[in-house]
Amino acid sequence: MFNLGKYFLPPAKSTFAHNTDALFNFITNTGALLLLGIVVVMIYFVIKYRRRSDDDVTSLVDHNTTLEIVWTVIPLILVLVIFSWGFKGYYTLFTPPQDSYEINVTAQQWLWKFHYKNGKTTINKLYVPAGRDVKLIMTSKDVIHSLFIPDFRVKHDVLPDKYEELWFNAKKPGHANLFCTQYCGQGHSNMHADVIIESQKKFNAWLKKGANGSSGGNGKPQGMSQAAYGKQLYQKNGCSSCHSTDGSKGVGPSWKGIFGHKVTFKDGSSKTVDENYIRQSILNPGAKVVKGFNNVMPTFQGVLNSDQISAIIAYIKTLK
Amino acid sequence: MESKETTNTTKIKVRHFPLDENPPHHYANWQKGIKSWLTTKDHKRIGIMYLATITLVFLFAGTMAILIRLSLWNPANHIVAAKTYNILFTLHGTMMIFLFLVPGVPTTLGNFFIPMMIGAKDVAFPRLNLASYYIYLTGAIFTVWAIIHGGVDTGWTFYTPYSIQSTTHVLPMTIGIFIIGFSSILTGLNFIVTLHKLRAPGMSWGKLPLFCWGIYATSIIQVLATPVLAITLSLLIMERVLHVGIFNPALGGDPILYQHFFWFYSHPAVYIMIVPGFGIISELIGTFSKKRVFGYWFIAISSLAISFLGFLVWGHHMFVSGQSALASTVFSLITFLIGIPTGIKIFNWLATMYKGSIWLTTPMLYALSFIFLFTIGGITGIMLGALSVDVQLHATYYVVAHFHYVMFGGMLIAFIGGLHYWWPKMTGKMYSETMGKISWFFIFVGFNVTFFPQFILGAKGMPRRYYNYLPQFETLHRTSTVGSWILATGFLIMAGYLIYSLAKGEKAPSNPWGARTLEWMTASPPIHSNFNYIPVVTHEPYDFHRPVSEFQLGLVGSEENGHDGGNGATSPDGGTPVVADESQS
Repeated sequence: MFNLGKYFLPPAKSTFAHNTDALFNFITNTGALLLLGIVVVMIYFVIKYRRRSDDDVTSLVDHNTTLEIVWTVIPLILVLVIFSWGFKGYYTLFTPPQDSYEINVTAQQWLWKFHYKNGKTTINKLYVPAGRDVKLIMTSKDVIHSLFIPDFRVKHDVLPDKYEELWFNAKKPGHANLFCTQYCGQGHSNMHADVIIESQKKFNAWLKKGANGSSGGNGKPQGMSQAAYGKQLYQKNGCSSCHSTDGSKGVGPSWKGIFGHKVTFKDGSSKTVDENYIRQSILNPGAKVVKGFNNVMPTFQGVLNSDQISAIIAYIKTLK
Repeated sequence: MESKETTNTTKIKVRHFPLDENPPHHYANWQKGIKSWLTTKDHKRIGIMYLATITLVFLFAGTMAILIRLSLWNPANHIVAAKTYNILFTLHGTMMIFLFLVPGVPTTLGNFFIPMMIGAKDVAFPRLNLASYYIYLTGAIFTVWAIIHGGVDTGWTFYTPYSIQSTTHVLPMTIGIFIIGFSSILTGLNFIVTLHKLRAPGMSWGKLPLFCWGIYATSIIQVLATPVLAITLSLLIMERVLHVGIFNPALGGDPILYQHFFWFYSHPAVYIMIVPGFGIISELIGTFSKKRVFGYWFIAISSLAISFLGFLVWGHHMFVSGQSALASTVFSLITFLIGIPTGIKIFNWLATMYKGSIWLTTPMLYALSFIFLFTIGGITGIMLGALSVDVQLHATYYVVAHFHYVMFGGMLIAFIGGLHYWWPKMTGKMYSETMGKISWFFIFVGFNVTFFPQFILGAKGMPRRYYNYLPQFETLHRTSTVGSWILATGFLIMAGYLIYSLAKGEKAPSNPWGARTLEWMTASPPIHSNFNYIPVVTHEPYDFHRPVSEFQLGLVGSEENGHDGGNGATSPDGGTPVVADESQS
């Protein structure tokens, strides 16, 4: 079949790549036909109506309502189709499935760090299980970066002041490239990581081999899980004096079951507790105070770094 | 809006004023010496001064581009250092966009021809026009200072927080662009007033040449959008100098806010760059097909529509930035809607050629190339507007290629076409058609060889602004680099024959192309006051069925009174008034 898209796109290695590709092919093919039509008409006119003498008398036609309606309505329908198609794909892309396997990503000038749930950390190597929904929870230590895996057709900016999410499901074991696509200074083009897709079994085995993984150098003991490290920080930083983990009310709300739970704030608004809310509450505690509590918590800005906050969030998630 | 002479109830006496071909005294030589140029209030001389200045900018920024392509010859780069490479692409982008593309057509061809096309003696505020030039020059000096002291490495978008952290000369560069913005605002303002108030008797809005409509729409965007750029850059400067937290998260700011601010100007700015191009193409296709432009009102009004809709699509630069998905959806939809009037213009130009009398001159070749290249630019724009596909293509070479197809393939190709079209009028000399076509061939082929492979590179995942790249991209990168050499050859040939034409070119007749718009109804080159009578317009600008003489009517007696254009410029003795035939009613 007539399909020009295949000369452009890289291999499709994620489950929804075909959706993006189908739209890419549709626009490329329709566009190529349109361009061909325009070029043929143009060349035909240039030859057929070439100037034969300076006294050539030309046609007076300067409008044609039917023709103008046709060439307005057809493109309009086409772009509305393209719009809806792109919209559908986009929402799939940015709505991670519920039970995705989560990996934390920290970007910094100029490397990628990947933190797995059991505490394993890798640099510039992203290990993912094949055939499983994987969610990346990403933040940056300095400027804006952007995580791009062309073979998966996914990309999202990584911001210094909040968490951004991205998900994919890699079809088969293999390799893919991961690039930074937001210009971030001198080493921008070296911010390249390998995505290593393993079968679930091999991935689990790799994950267990704790000794192989390097610690991120963020103070977390070698091989300790994110959540365990979070618990340690919870005790060391005095969180435990106000926040219980068994549901009892203290100076502050208990952490038990709080993640994913809807809370109401003093100003009457409400929100489901997520990564960004916890991060905000640690760094700027007064911004959103839960109803029934006072704004007495000090900021942990400069006390806890991004990795440590991520660990605390991981710990909170375990308190169901 | 009509001046009172032209209301239906008032009859005015007109007569035919024949032309004085190649007058000994014209705008360029009636006063001599460098001082007469630097202090001139003549829109034509200011246009030429801008043309000379932006040609230098183009030469400089173009050289940067050649160096960038050269550096990308090998996957692991060894020709320049990484930091130098980053400075090169930043300078290429900044200079081309803020110092070349934005002022490009309006300040040169616009300045020279808008007053002539509407039969005026000058723009509404000639002194302000000269001030705009010097404001531009002042801004340019700041950027040159930044370049001499080591350049800037942030990319032309100055995204925060990197632009706050960068140790390069972000400050003088942004101050320079801030200043240049005022020049842009004042030029826009000048044209809006000129087009409203100084049209010749009889020139209703419906008789306005389409180039004027293009410049009019552009001027509105310049006046409304540029202040936002000034605000954005001032906030950036405040943050860098005074450490006020606005965009920098370390100070409690929001980096996404910067992107909203920046694109709120910079998206309308791409219409500032391209809409004058639409105007030029309409003139070229009409004249060289010897036919009324198909859908005159559609082309005129759609430029205005595009200039307003252009303010509502800035978020399509931010689909993967973390802005809300709902916002992205709305921006995507409006982006598609703005594509429709743009696409229909293409069909209108094609339809204009139908049953015409097509003369394939160099400017016409550029007009046809524009249709081809801009269609590719448009289709790939639709591709980038589609939400899910943009996720793959955003910030890759696909965007780089798309942008060059609309800016180079669109604006610059139209500009070159216009430059050739009006060259005889501006200089009084003809250029060599043969050399013109040879150079067109190099530019057309070179352009496609340079930029088409970049679509493939981008779709395959090659990110932009990369100093090193994976070996799998080498062939496509090398093809692109070879293309840049072909392109450069084309420009060198053009520079050669245009300079030759200035020195030894054949004398140009007043109307070499048989056009019907007013700028051709005076000598080549024009006299200082443009016309030695007050032109009166009785026909539409593309009415090729009427003889040229019917477009050379003037108010009876106006040659004695001079031109009451209301702009205060003195009327020099540009040429003796012609004693004419019998007056017509």
